[in-house]
Amino acid sequence: MSTYTPHTSAEIQAMLDVVGVKSLEQLYQGLESLFVKDMDLPAGKSQQEVARYFENLAAENKVFGSIFLGAGAYQHYIPPVVKSLLSREEFVTAYTPYQAEMSQGILQGIFEFQTMIAELTGMQVSNASLYDGSTALADGILMLGERKKNKVLVSEGIHPRSLEVVKTYLVPQGIQIEKIALDENGRTSLADLKAKLTPDVFAVAVAQPNFFGVIEDAAAIGEAVKAAGAGYIMQVEPFSCAMLKTPFACGADIAVGEGQPLGMPLSFGGPYLGFVGAREKLVRKLTGRIVGKTSDANGNDAYVLTLQAREQHIRREKAASSICSNQALCALTATIYMATAGKTGMKEVASQCVSKAHYLAAEMVKIPGFRLKYSAEFFNEFVTVTDTPADEIIRKCAEKNILAGLKLSGHEILWCATEVNTKADMDQLLAVLKEVK
Amino acid sequence: MKTIFEKSVPGKCAISLAPCDVPAYDLDASLLRETPLNLPEVSEVEVVRHYTALSKRAYGVDDGFYPLGSCTMKYNPKLNEEVAALPGFTGIHPLQCECTVQGALKAMHTLSRKLAAITGMDEVTLQPAAGAHGEYTALQLIRAYHLDRGDTGRDKIIVPDSAHGTNPASAAMNGYTVVNIPSAADGCVDLDALRSAVGPDTAALMLTNPNTVGIFDKNIAKIAQIVHDAGGLLYYDGANLNAIMGTIRPGDMGYDVVHLNLHKTFSTPHGGGGPGSGPVGCKAALAKYLPGPVVTEKDGKYHLTSVGGKSIGCVKTFYGNFLVMLRALAYIEVLGKEGIKLASQLAVLNANYMMARLKDKFPTYSSDICMHEFVVSCDKIKEEIGVTALDFAKAMIDRGMHPPTIYFPLIVHEALMFEPTETESKETLDWACDTVLDLVAEAYKDPAAFKQHPRKMPIGRPDEVTAARKPVLIYKA
Amino acid sequence: MSKYKYLKSHEWYCEECGKVGISDFAQHELGDIVFVELPEVGDEVEAGKAFGNVESVKAVSELYSPVSGKVVEVNEELQSAPELVNKDAYAAWMIKVEPSEAPKDLLSEEEYKKLTAE
Repeated sequence: MSTYTPHTSAEIQAMLDVVGVKSLEQLYQGLESLFVKDMDLPAGKSQQEVARYFENLAAENKVFGSIFLGAGAYQHYIPPVVKSLLSREEFVTAYTPYQAEMSQGILQGIFEFQTMIAELTGMQVSNASLYDGSTALADGILMLGERKKNKVLVSEGIHPRSLEVVKTYLVPQGIQIEKIALDENGRTSLADLKAKLTPDVFAVAVAQPNFFGVIEDAAAIGEAVKAAGAGYIMQVEPFSCAMLKTPFACGADIAVGEGQPLGMPLSFGGPYLGFVGAREKLVRKLTGRIVGKTSDANGNDAYVLTLQAREQHIRREKAASSICSNQALCALTATIYMATAGKTGMKEVASQCVSKAHYLAAEMVKIPGFRLKYSAEFFNEFVTVTDTPADEIIRKCAEKNILAGLKLSGHEILWCATEVNTKADMDQLLAVLKEVK
Repeated sequence: MKTIFEKSVPGKCAISLAPCDVPAYDLDASLLRETPLNLPEVSEVEVVRHYTALSKRAYGVDDGFYPLGSCTMKYNPKLNEEVAALPGFTGIHPLQCECTVQGALKAMHTLSRKLAAITGMDEVTLQPAAGAHGEYTALQLIRAYHLDRGDTGRDKIIVPDSAHGTNPASAAMNGYTVVNIPSAADGCVDLDALRSAVGPDTAALMLTNPNTVGIFDKNIAKIAQIVHDAGGLLYYDGANLNAIMGTIRPGDMGYDVVHLNLHKTFSTPHGGGGPGSGPVGCKAALAKYLPGPVVTEKDGKYHLTSVGGKSIGCVKTFYGNFLVMLRALAYIEVLGKEGIKLASQLAVLNANYMMARLKDKFPTYSSDICMHEFVVSCDKIKEEIGVTALDFAKAMIDRGMHPPTIYFPLIVHEALMFEPTETESKETLDWACDTVLDLVAEAYKDPAAFKQHPRKMPIGRPDEVTAARKPVLIYKA
Repeated sequence: MSKYKYLKSHEWYCEECGKVGISDFAQHELGDIVFVELPEVGDEVEAGKAFGNVESVKAVSELYSPVSGKVVEVNEELQSAPELVNKDAYAAWMIKVEPSEAPKDLLSEEEYKKLTAE
């Protein structure tokens, strides 16, 4: 048994003497009536045995040879420098950088992250991260809250799980949520949006690209929202920002998103990364940690946690959010990824995603019984409708070590392609699909 | 130190991607980004040097003593990192068929059962991403519980004035009105104040035990009864669980719902501010409100099961910070029943040992045995020579230790809150106590010079006022 | 006699001009003020109820209104220069109120001075 505690029994005795108690048990003197009778835990094991236990568990999972499933979690190439730098213990084993003087590295890393998120989304301010893309959306909607309005419009193109999280967050605050329908092309219906933009609406939320991969006419939505005097929030996929019109240019007040594609492995759903960019006027409405640049008495550049009076440890029940720990190491992952990919790499990944998804879609619709559900332009995901049941397709793919897209309904599948899917992999998938009867 | 943006040179790129092997597809120009994308352009070696340099301007548990009170900065075992990096875990998609992720589901199920055993709760969800997220989730359960029983008038959450700020903030996020009650002189719950605060509008009392001054509230059974008699629930803030694991369980103390911090109590690294993980455990009566899906086991097979119509919904896109869960499970597997108990006992011993060695120079908040952390006050020193808790913190930095938590809990003036944790040796504690006592001498010798700490860091004390008045949050060329 | 009257919570009210601010004692206690959050013109304020707050780096304090009425003017200058409150707490007024009724139970300058001297 290893306990990770460094004391010898002689030291424990010496320490007990200094404290003035006879035994470790006696440290809990007077609490005996509360002592646990039986805790259902097995005895400890050696590290070697535990390592083997986990290797066996890992072996019970299937890592697919090629993956065409996205739907909120995306496989991308992760450069080795990212993993290597992220394993540095100073980053891994530090707490939140409360003591600025001994945490400049972490604080500067967050400052660079904020800058990159602002750059990507076109926004003016950002924070140190939020839990994930869904909680970021919920937080973002709440940031737009106005005293006299209590309704938010949410596009049906938002990820269904994000919508669930938004509901969980908003309902206890007495905020009404209404959905905006998609049109037959898969885009958020402008007509439905305009009809529902009543004076009690304080925010409109749209995803870009949306859950079905479709690229929204985000600027037109922005205009309609502005005209109605509501706030506009876009939930964006980070690579799409490198290629598509920025949320800022589309008139969004806030851009949030899931940062997992930026260097984080799939990891069965977490840890991932919520990011937020906002217009300057909303800076004091931002939730979570924020790093600012200042100087010390000698004029050196210095980074600190700032605008702290917004936060729970100071504002307590008047704080907009209780967030304390966020996803700092994931934010650093994204920072190092974006520094590595840089301007050209980010655009290249985005462009390969588009090209590969379009190749795959174009080839799929050549297969009899396959058609695209939506006609609107898409980014790296698209929906097929097939004569063959979706389950059948997914099962056949799995037999060939391929993880097919997400089943949306009996005959609909949401497919994804990124830069990691080679033409050969896609052709193999297409061959399987052709065989499915 | 320059930012990565200042090191950018047009034309450089550090990622090496395979060329696109399908025809390029161009989106319609009307959809495209017009704003330039000013991300850094640097080579691979420059990325490595830049972030390595940043890492050297940071301080983690591996670097040295980190007695940050309320944060349980214990050693993060390397085994945990190794298992969390196994490709069989990092390479699986959250939406792949459950028959292909049995190992992952088994790990989650096992962890939630073990956490239930440690806390004395019936069910545990692993979904929340951090402690405050867990608090938030737990309050949703409380809200759902009362509403489901038609008990619609319970709109108040009682919080002691010594509580972590996340408690009242999480309550307010759930639409609750927060009722703050003063603590008794010993930092424990003032039973009379509690009695007069509870009523038919009480949804719950949020309470950590040991409390935030490191004292175990011996009245916990009475407290539970007062709250329960009023129809409210008792919520356990798990931030201080490291004091009592294996000896006392929240479930046996009368708590109905609890959140844990895997990144504190269960040794997962804090990553400079996350990712953490904030599981929530509850008694059977609250189980039907848990966020879905939950992992269930039947005949050796594991399933992601929907909780049903009474679930509060979900609080995260997928199932939680999975890789953090694996690390915590590895920790519990290694320690086992006895190791878990010993960890808490030694955490308490270490805190008491430090307190015993420091109490001559600093008034402690309690003369009694403390739990895993203790609070001393610099109030007397401040009165005598004007040196504050902040000054002591900054001086400790120059001596190579991370300072304790300062100015918390709010009920103690000039507070220094030490939580050494069980993974520190007697030698380290002796060194830290000698250092702190030596700093007291240094402060009395020349208070003005003492206020100039830190001197050995890359920066001196930063100008936080300007940072907040004129926020500069992004780099501008 | 001073034109200022006070709340125990350290806000001053100028009956002549209808302006509200915080006392010099209060700004000193708060330390460097980094942000002042104020209502909008047209909002109603109520005597004894919070109408905004002031932030220092590590604290936030509510501002209570000495008087009931409608906000007719807000000192916008404080948005970009909160330090003005530290510089001269009386020049740095926060809101101007058109009272709906005469303020009650305010402290005189002397009474307030006595309070803060304790």
